[in-house]
Amino acid sequence: MPEILDQARTQVLENGVGLDEAGVLAVLNLPDEHLPAALQLAHEVRMRWCGPEVEVEGIVSLKTGGCPEDCHFCSQSGLFTSPVRAVWLDIPSLVEAAKQTAKTGATEFCIVAAVRGPDDRLMRQLREGVAAIRAEVDIQVAASVGMLTQEQVDELVEMGVHRYNHNLETCRSYFPNVVTTHSWEERWETLRMVRESGMEVCCGGILGLGESVEQRAEFAAQLAELDPHEVPLNFLNPRPGTPLGDRSVVEGKDALRAIAAFRLAMPRTILRYAGGRELTLGDLGTRSGLLGGINAVIVGNYLTTLGRPATTDLELLQDLKMPVKALSATL
Amino acid sequence: MSSDTTGPAPLGMSTRVGEPAGTAASWCDRCGTPAGEEGDHTACRAARQLEPPRYCQHCRRRMKVQVLPVGWAAVCVEHGETRA
Repeated sequence: MPEILDQARTQVLENGVGLDEAGVLAVLNLPDEHLPAALQLAHEVRMRWCGPEVEVEGIVSLKTGGCPEDCHFCSQSGLFTSPVRAVWLDIPSLVEAAKQTAKTGATEFCIVAAVRGPDDRLMRQLREGVAAIRAEVDIQVAASVGMLTQEQVDELVEMGVHRYNHNLETCRSYFPNVVTTHSWEERWETLRMVRESGMEVCCGGILGLGESVEQRAEFAAQLAELDPHEVPLNFLNPRPGTPLGDRSVVEGKDALRAIAAFRLAMPRTILRYAGGRELTLGDLGTRSGLLGGINAVIVGNYLTTLGRPATTDLELLQDLKMPVKALSATL
Repeated sequence: MSSDTTGPAPLGMSTRVGEPAGTAASWCDRCGTPAGEEGDHTACRAARQLEPPRYCQHCRRRMKVQVLPVGWAAVCVEHGETRA
């Protein structure tokens, strides 16, 4: 057994203290023959500190495309030659999307907009949409609308948004290679305000942007420092027309190593499968990740791409005897 | 079900609104280049399993596409809406 896994068994599994950056790097560098042991330990950590339940979420894009920022992975930037056009979702369709999501058993519904930060029009649309969903659908509402002012943070709290997503996307040292129109620190500032507001913090990123293994470890350590309620893990799905459109997808084993390592860095967080898992992991890998530290999934489609049918994931959870977290448990 | 599934990247359950049935696709709805024998769209067909269409198959216009948790809707200003 590699020394790092022995250390993690005591430190993380027994004492609930996550691995530091050096420890995460050691897990990320484990040879293939030790990957099953790392996943098994990460699964034990998840079961010990989070329990067997899996949190299910659906997401929808309220405002698609036309974003002024240049996140190099994103097909919604107006600065690239992506085929994605700008479109707004109307409120009745938003409510219907929330209803469809609730039918899957999901307890979370996240409303997302491709913006630098919300303007008055978007805040009005969000206010109307959140109110309509809360009136008609039994589901928790989360939001992801970019960088916020303190006033906007307060407004979201007042609307009843219980969790706010704002991904750091990658580690601080690599961020300028991925985004040039705003800084990692600006994102961190929004996250600080969200945390202080009492909303739950949802913050993760994308693996496979060209970061090194060392930078992957740096990212995990920085997320652990933030200590978010939830960490969505995306794997790059290279989008046509974007600067990262020609990159290869992350190797399945590297993705699984990262899942185990991120769980061992953050034993208590909700570690969620997000975009790209279909390409990177496929069906077998998806199962392995759920048995290797993952305890939440986005079901159904994503913002501009399609996912597996929700029923496929729900059947897998049933097969793994992992109960879907109930709404009552989240309130 | 629509009979309009002769394009380069058909999805079995899509439904077109406002388009004459049986109209052959001229353009790849993923990459917007000529469909049929003029180009190899094998990769586009594979990618379309996890993507909605982006270009109108009939006029190559970029469509307004809304992805929803279940399904998607794509609107061409000339040829109307397709849903799946």
